[in-house]
Amino acid sequence: MANLAAVVGIGQTKYMTKRTDVSIAGLVREAAFKALQDAELTWDDIDAVIIGKAPDMFEGVIMPEVYLTDALGCNGKPMLRVHTAGSVGGSTALVAASHVQSGTFKRVLTVAFEKQSESNAMWALSNSQPFSTHLNAGAGGYFAPIIREYMRRSNAPYDVGIKVAVKDRLHGARNPLAHLQKPDITMKEVEESFMLWDPIRFLESCPSSDGACAMVIANEELADKASKPPAWIRGSAMRSEPTMYAGRNLVNPQAGRDCAADVYQQAGITDPRKDLDCAEVYVPFSWYEPMWLENLGFAPEGEGWKLTMEGATSLDEGGDIPWNCSGGVLSSNPIGASGMIRFAEAARQVRGDAGAHQVEGAKLALGHAYGGGAQFFSMWVVGSEKS
Amino acid sequence: MSDEQDVITGINAPVYLKYNFTAGRAPSRFLSQIKKGVLMGQRCPKCSAVYVPPRGSCALCGVATEEEVKLSDKATVESFTIVSIPIPGNPIEPPFIVANLVLDGSNISLIHLLSECVNEEVHIGQRVQGVWNPESEWGYSMDNIRYFKPIDEPDVPVDKIGKLPVTGWEG
Repeated sequence: MANLAAVVGIGQTKYMTKRTDVSIAGLVREAAFKALQDAELTWDDIDAVIIGKAPDMFEGVIMPEVYLTDALGCNGKPMLRVHTAGSVGGSTALVAASHVQSGTFKRVLTVAFEKQSESNAMWALSNSQPFSTHLNAGAGGYFAPIIREYMRRSNAPYDVGIKVAVKDRLHGARNPLAHLQKPDITMKEVEESFMLWDPIRFLESCPSSDGACAMVIANEELADKASKPPAWIRGSAMRSEPTMYAGRNLVNPQAGRDCAADVYQQAGITDPRKDLDCAEVYVPFSWYEPMWLENLGFAPEGEGWKLTMEGATSLDEGGDIPWNCSGGVLSSNPIGASGMIRFAEAARQVRGDAGAHQVEGAKLALGHAYGGGAQFFSMWVVGSEKS
Repeated sequence: MSDEQDVITGINAPVYLKYNFTAGRAPSRFLSQIKKGVLMGQRCPKCSAVYVPPRGSCALCGVATEEEVKLSDKATVESFTIVSIPIPGNPIEPPFIVANLVLDGSNISLIHLLSECVNEEVHIGQRVQGVWNPESEWGYSMDNIRYFKPIDEPDVPVDKIGKLPVTGWEG
């Protein structure tokens, strides 16, 4: 049985298209320093550093962790880099947590980042493979046919994705750190935005951001002494599956369902919609909200879109299970950090520290990330109480 | 000299990379066959699924695939997207249709271009066939098929997509 661990400090940069005022090292240090400040700790209080980012080609800086050791105060300390494509922010947090839960370290700093303005992520995701035609049109090109198949299976109305795009940007307008600030966005504006990868419109897609997110995770003894409320890690799980195999359910991947079942079982959750107060879920394209509502068991298969359309996932509509109160990936997407932002924002909610996007009295929250061809999943459930 | 200098916030520093692709046994067989105009898949000895291009194993069962299966160049549209932005490094002009196609006799989709069609009329279950480049231009590449185009055959019901024999679909 794992030991208890908790988030005792959170630091995020402001997310934006270009941070030309800082290098990658400056960016990660900014987030890490804010997390230490939040935890009222110094670099000396950290036993190990776990860093994560998405593929190196996103910046063209190969093995950036090699030059980030000093920026993150790792002299004389263990440092480890994690990579699981888009889910890496989540899995990095879980690797950090497991080093505390196992008793190996008392207090670990974890950081995830992307500085997408340094290169071209769409290019990095569009490389040809020698045994197929060169038609990889970025992440949108990969996910659009899967979304089309979801629309067919669920028979959902055409504007579900449009509604999610509006809802998450309205949430983002409550969060000063969010990249996109669109408090006046309308359904019409989203619907009339450019169709990039049919059926995905421009405003139904995530932006490309620079930013970093950091957390300090401590063991029970130290978290009990923390000056601010800790977010107790009540369950954590990762699952993976191959990108391609015959009969693979791309719309509702098995690895996602298994990962959710595992993390719910650890946290004693039987009905996620009822038992959780809110969720931060990796939704880079708007239609992934109804798809993940089903994959994560918030709605029966084929009915996730009904929750979205009822306003169940909206703070502004007083929904019973708000999703992505921070604005989500649709409002800020420094890819490697995006998963950790979900985990950190879930923790902010149960610490009661989410500002204008706080869910009143949130006690239990889900953080979720996925990556690759929807094949890597990482999730945690955090709570305001130990059990 | 002026005291005013431009603030340099970044410089252009390109990275170039060339690599040699080691095909491995199964993709090597596939590439040598496609040079001859043959689409060759491999069957999983456990679940019988036919993979194309074969990667040498069934990712579901975790076993090696050995038996080779000659496939048709007719296929069914499993899903698709109409792309309205250019692909980095590909001269193709948008809008174009990238389709997930399942070749008759195989059980997994591959992506290829769909052309000679009305974009708005493309749909899941539609029957298509490969349009090949002239034989003199064939290389070790899926690009030997220039694109797929719709053919006059009845749609395949969704529950049968990905399960057709190599002999195709009679409707």
